[in-house]
Amino acid sequence: MTVLFDGIASGMLLFLISVGLSVTLGLMNFVNLAHGSFAMVGGYVCVTLLNKAGVPFLACLPLAALATALVGVALERTLYRRLYTATHLDQVLFSLALVFMSMSAMQYFFGAQQQPLNLPDFLKGQINLPGLDMGIYRLFLIAVSLLIAFGLQSMVSGTRFGAQLRASVDNPRTARGVGINVERIFTLTFALGSALAGLGGAMGVEMLGLDPGFPVKYIVYFLIVVAVGGSGSITGSLVASLILGVVDVAGKYYVPQVGSFVIYAVMVVMLVFRPQGLFGRMAAR
Amino acid sequence: MSIVSIDLAPLQRADRWRVAEWAFWLLPVLGYFVFPDNLVLLTQIAITALFCLSLDLILGYAGIVSLGHAAFFGLGAYTAGLLASHGWGEPLSGLAVAALASGVLGFITSLLVLRGADLTRLMVTLGVAMMLFELANKLTFITGGVDGLQGIEMKPIFGTFGFDMVGKTAYWYSMVVLFLMFWAARKLVHSPFGLSIKGIRLNVARMPALGAPVNARLAAIYTIGAAYAGVAGALMAQTTQFVALDVLSFNRSAELLLILVLGGSGSLYGAMLGTIVFMAAHHVLSDMNPEYWQFWLGAMLMLIVLFARDGVMGGLRTAAARLVPRKLAAP
Repeated sequence: MTVLFDGIASGMLLFLISVGLSVTLGLMNFVNLAHGSFAMVGGYVCVTLLNKAGVPFLACLPLAALATALVGVALERTLYRRLYTATHLDQVLFSLALVFMSMSAMQYFFGAQQQPLNLPDFLKGQINLPGLDMGIYRLFLIAVSLLIAFGLQSMVSGTRFGAQLRASVDNPRTARGVGINVERIFTLTFALGSALAGLGGAMGVEMLGLDPGFPVKYIVYFLIVVAVGGSGSITGSLVASLILGVVDVAGKYYVPQVGSFVIYAVMVVMLVFRPQGLFGRMAAR
Repeated sequence: MSIVSIDLAPLQRADRWRVAEWAFWLLPVLGYFVFPDNLVLLTQIAITALFCLSLDLILGYAGIVSLGHAAFFGLGAYTAGLLASHGWGEPLSGLAVAALASGVLGFITSLLVLRGADLTRLMVTLGVAMMLFELANKLTFITGGVDGLQGIEMKPIFGTFGFDMVGKTAYWYSMVVLFLMFWAARKLVHSPFGLSIKGIRLNVARMPALGAPVNARLAAIYTIGAAYAGVAGALMAQTTQFVALDVLSFNRSAELLLILVLGGSGSLYGAMLGTIVFMAAHHVLSDMNPEYWQFWLGAMLMLIVLFARDGVMGGLRTAAARLVPRKLAAP
C-alpha cells in the first residue's frame, strides 16, 4: 500500500510538471524540450527564497510559479514566437540550445551541488495507518495537483479563454478572423505552461532533488507523460502520470534490477500502436 | 509517340570528385604532421565525424528526425568492446560485427520509427536509446555498468600495425575507415537510390507516384545510417580500449544533432565541417572554462537555428556563390 501511495504521489508530481508541457506541446504544438529548464528555474527560485530570504514555504510556491511565468513570457515574446511555424526539428534544436544554456547558467550561479530544501514543520512527518505510511508532504502534493487538474480542465473546457485557446490552436487564421488576439492567447498560454512547470519544479525539489542536470535528467519522463497521455489532454496527462508514477516506483521497489527499462518499453509499444496517445486527438498539423 | 528524355548529365557530374574535395581529404595527412601531439583529439574528431555522417544520412538526406541516434553508436561500441574483451581482438572483423549488430537493430527499429510522424519519431527513437541505456546500466555483469567496459585488448590491424601509446595507428586506422565510409556514402547519395531518398524528403506524396516504395527506401537508409553509427562506436571502443556508459546517453544524441546542424544537414561535407568546428570549439572553450562551455554551445546553436539555418556549409555556399557567380557549389 505504501508503495502504491508513493507511486501516486510521484505520479502527481510528474503530472504537475508535465501538464505545463502538455499545454505548450499539445495545445500549441511546440516541441519544447526546455520544459525541464522552466521547472528548474522554479525550483531554484523556491530554494533561494526559502533558504536565503526566509520566505515561508507556502508563499515560495506561488512566487516560484510567478517568476517562471515571467521568464516564460520574456522568452516567448523574444524567441519562441519566431519558431511557432518552424519545423519540429528546428523547435527541438532551439529548445535543446536553451537547455544547454540554462544548465550552464544555473551551474554558474548556484554551483553543481544538490540544493537543500528545508520543509516547514507542518509538512514533515508521516501519518501511519495500519499497512500504510503516508508522508504529509506527499498528501499535500496530491491535494495541490488534484486542485490544479480540476482547475485546468474546467478552464480549458469551460471558460471563454479556454474556448479562444482551442480556437487559436485549431485554426489560427479563422480565430484571427473572428477577432481573437491569437498572439496574446499564445503568450498567456505559454505563461501558464511555464508557471505550472515552475510550480511543479518548486514542489519537486523535495522528491526529485535539484541540480543543474535537472532538465536533462527528467525531460524524458515529462515527454513520456505527454506522449502516452495524448498531447493536449489534461485527463490524459493525469492518467498517464499516475500510471507512470506507480509503475516507476513499484518497479524500482520490487524489481530494482530492471530499473526504468519497463517504462521506456511501455512508451515505445504505446506509441507504435496508438501514436495519438491514450486520450489524444490527432495533431492539428 | 515521343520518348521522354531526361538530361542526366548534371546528376552524373555531381558524382565526380572536385578539386576542393581532394584538398579537404589532404587535411588528415596535414593534421598528422602539424599536430603530432594531438593525435588522440584528431582521432576523436574522425570518429565523431563518422557518427555525424550517419545521422546526416537519415536526418539530412531522408528527413527522419531522431533524438536517439546514440543507441546505434553505443551498441556498436559495446559489440566491438565485448568482442575484444572476450578474446576476439581482431579490429576489422570487430568493426564488421558491430556494423551488423547496429544495422540489425536499425532495421528492427525502423519498422517502429516509420509508423509515426515527427513527434512520434522523436519519442520512439528517444525511447529505444533510453531502453538500451538502461539495459547497459543494469546488466553490469556484461557491460560493467556505470564503471564502463574494461579489459579491451586489440590485436594489430592486418596482424602488423599494433595500437601504440601515442595513438598513431589509431589515428590512421580511424581516418582510413572514415574516408572509405565517406566515399561509400558519397556514392550512395548520388546513386538513384540516394536521389529517391532526397525525393522522399522533399515530397513524400509524389514519390510513390514515381514508383519509389517510400517505406522500404526509408527503412533501408535508416538501417544503413544505424550501421554507420555502429562502426563509429566500434572505432571509439577499439581506439580508446574503453566503453563508458555515456556512449548511449541522451546527451550524446543531442550533441550530435547540434553538430550536424552546425555544419549544415543534408550535405556530407556539412557533417565533416560541423564536427571539426564543434570539436575544436569544444577543445578551446573547455580549456578556457570547462564548466560553462555548454552555455556558449547553446548560444551558438540558437543563433544558427534562428539566423543561419544551413550552418557552416550554407555559409560557405553563399560565399562561394558570391565569389564565383556563375555556378553554385553543391556537392
